[in-house]
Amino acid sequence: MTLFGKKIPIFFSLVIWFIVWELIGQAKLSTIIPPFSRVVVAGITILPTEKFSTAASISLRSFAIGMAFALVTGIPIGVMMARVESLSKILGMWVNIFVSAPISALVPILMAVVGIGETTVVVTVLLFAVFVIILDTQVGIKQADKSLVEMARSFGARRYQIYTKVLLLSALPEILAGVRLGAIRGVKGVVIGQLLIAILGVGELFELYSKHFLMEEFWALVIIVFMFAFTVSEAIASLERYVEYYASTR
Amino acid sequence: MMPAEAIVEARGVGKTYDGGVEALKDVSLALSRGRLNTLLGPSGCGKTTLLKIIAGLIPPSRGEVWVKGKKVDGPGPERAFVFQDFALLPWANVLRNVAFGLELRGMPKEQRDDLARKQIAEAGLSGFESSYPHQLSGGMRQRVGLARALAVDADIILMDEPFASVDEQTRRKFQEELLDLLRHKQKTVIFVTHSIEEATYLSDQIVLLSPRPGTVSKIIHPNIERGGRNPDEIRRDKNYLDVVDEIWQILKHYVV
Ligand SMILES: Nc1ncnc2c1ncn2[C@@H]1O[C@H](COP(=O)(O)OP(=O)(O)O)[C@@H](O)[C@H]1O
Ligand SMILES: [Mg+2]
Repeated sequence: MTLFGKKIPIFFSLVIWFIVWELIGQAKLSTIIPPFSRVVVAGITILPTEKFSTAASISLRSFAIGMAFALVTGIPIGVMMARVESLSKILGMWVNIFVSAPISALVPILMAVVGIGETTVVVTVLLFAVFVIILDTQVGIKQADKSLVEMARSFGARRYQIYTKVLLLSALPEILAGVRLGAIRGVKGVVIGQLLIAILGVGELFELYSKHFLMEEFWALVIIVFMFAFTVSEAIASLERYVEYYASTR
Repeated sequence: MMPAEAIVEARGVGKTYDGGVEALKDVSLALSRGRLNTLLGPSGCGKTTLLKIIAGLIPPSRGEVWVKGKKVDGPGPERAFVFQDFALLPWANVLRNVAFGLELRGMPKEQRDDLARKQIAEAGLSGFESSYPHQLSGGMRQRVGLARALAVDADIILMDEPFASVDEQTRRKFQEELLDLLRHKQKTVIFVTHSIEEATYLSDQIVLLSPRPGTVSKIIHPNIERGGRNPDEIRRDKNYLDVVDEIWQILKHYVV
């Protein structure tokens, strides 16, 4: 079938999973798994409610602010670590620990330090996202073609020009890959941060649905959050493909 | 040939790399203005190192280099480099690559694009302005690299084995174009090669380097009479063949 081009196989496997889900739900094997069709209906009902849009906008704002901080700190730190040997010796170990560490465990400490509120969630997003951005930026800059830097120097490039016109552009594919992974982790950060605080945004909704055992709404929200993460990641990925095209001969 | 004024001078230049590799030892030479000077020697003898020291890209460990009466302490606008691996920006099209030296100098876009278009036309690349490097052949990429160096209008063009990675026909075509260019523009060229024929065919002066650590083992002025003869005639010329043989007699002792 070529009617929908390449989309068919992915779409197909999803359909199969949804059918399996529907069957398990209809068979009433477990109370935490309602039929997929009922989840879809629940999703359609909660989407237009004011409660949802308020929660979503609070969550989105925390996500956006946290990601913005992750970008403006992560990329410069990654660049400096790649260029300054001593800095990478000092910070490298910590970045490597934190990139794989369970950041969620730190949220309670954060709550104690910065209080229970939006700031905690923003910092959680930052911590979830920043380390992978640092790491990938560092790799990208390190791998940048030395002879391009030399070329720029031979034509009298100033130091800032070497960064803006050669190194950053050269590392763009890796930086974007880091940003994409960071954004996916950032979505996790919002949800986990708000869940642990349980009084804000989507986290509050999750808490509400699970407390009242509203499993259809709960799963609908899970799917909505997944879809958001997927959309953000795909948007960055398409940017990556565009950049890869021009960087294909590096 | 009349002795010309020295535009580049190396005085006792030595280079020892961080790892302890001594690449150059006590190199002194004078290169004439408006001439094509070749650095010739076995691979690994320090030709690239010497060229980059003259370019101001790496500092010498000992000695000094003077260009146009000034001591070199970094790159300068009177020198432009053509790289062996082309060093083109993969994300920029031909126009932007050729204009890149001017862009770094802060020349307004319209003005630098105009200059770059002229160089692109002279390099025979018209119509490829918006192509990207990976869409071009090796020969065309090197033309872009040369056009970029010519666009900044430097007096001295430093070329590191520029024709090493193109096929023989393209190589010979490039050689003719280079000689043509020198006839019309007052450029001083410092040309690195490991090909005896190429050095003899092109050069006004050949600096023969010994194996590592590179020292000047001999300076040769081929004095090939060109006067309207075609390339094949020149390559059969007795004087040309004698110079090739003279260099070979020296270089063959360096082959292990
Ligand atoms: N950055 C470097 N660090 C250490 N050794 C180097 C470096 N660059 C070149 N060398 C060494 O210096 C010697 C001369 O190198 P090079 O100037 O590239 O020679 P050529 O261009 O004549 O082939 C070689 O032995 C090479 O391995
Ligand atoms: Mg070399």
